[in-house]
Amino acid sequence: MGVEKNVLVTSLDWIINWSRKNSLFPVTFGLACCALEMMVASSAEYDIARFGAEVFRPSPRQSDLMIVAGTLTKKMAPIVRRIYEQMPNPKWVIAYGACASSGGIFKSYSVVQGVDQIIPVDVYIPGCPPRPEALLKGIIELQKKIQKETIKDRPLISLPGKSA
Amino acid sequence: MSDNSEFLKILSGKLSGVKIVPTPPGEPSAMVEKDSIHEALDHLKYDRDLSFNMLVDLFAVDYMGEEPRFEIVYILRSTKHNGRIVVKTRTGDEGLDTVSDLWPAANFLEREIYDMFGLPFANHPDLRRIYTPDDFVGHPLRKEFPLEGEDFDKPFVVDLEKE
Repeated sequence: MGVEKNVLVTSLDWIINWSRKNSLFPVTFGLACCALEMMVASSAEYDIARFGAEVFRPSPRQSDLMIVAGTLTKKMAPIVRRIYEQMPNPKWVIAYGACASSGGIFKSYSVVQGVDQIIPVDVYIPGCPPRPEALLKGIIELQKKIQKETIKDRPLISLPGKSA
Repeated sequence: MSDNSEFLKILSGKLSGVKIVPTPPGEPSAMVEKDSIHEALDHLKYDRDLSFNMLVDLFAVDYMGEEPRFEIVYILRSTKHNGRIVVKTRTGDEGLDTVSDLWPAANFLEREIYDMFGLPFANHPDLRRIYTPDDFVGHPLRKEFPLEGEDFDKPFVVDLEKE
């Protein structure tokens, strides 16, 4: 604290976080039925574009938000991890639905009991499946979280392979 | 042909060891010895009076405690005669002959049985696991397999270097 937390960094933090939180590009990624609710959230009815998150990118290399929507099986887990590693920093993860958050009803040999076992999760959205409004609420919560961050934790430039 | 049981009479006339078992109407079933299953299914496919050219489904049932333990069920359809029959056989852990040379659809279905029950199919062209990861231990549809698996309480670790 003290000298480290000076006026320059806080002002810079504010403007960088402001720009980061208002242009969240989610990666097009759905695992199960929750993905359908996620698609509805991007429709005109619910309009995820109001939060700057309407551009679902087809490549993880152009994204900074991963919405893990659906049941994560153990066979799929390495692929999810690989997509996460391919995303450039800064990056955030939303666990969308009961299965992604905790394994849900699948207390089974084939299902990972929550995606936080393989990737760091920022926001959990409960529900089976959660309604699109819940995803919008989750994105708002993530935006609040991003606004509180500092570039000391998430640097402006980061080298490949270093996870944020 | 409305009464599908005609097909079984034709089959049992041409092949010994075919036992007709009681089933619901319209679903005639035959129990065949394990060693002659490939011969019987070969007949069912290539005999002109039968022509069961389509393998609808192929699966196994675990009757734990009985001997032999597993029942393999073949559901066949004849698009030529509009017929449908069920052929069953019993086997233990040693498995049985593949039928993927008769119907290519059997390739994946036999891999599923191998994955879920651990029954090997002799002469199968590509016998690997199909649903579970390659390094999975155990066969989930066996009755003795615990629902949650062996290492449920341990954290799940992904190693991308190992892939």
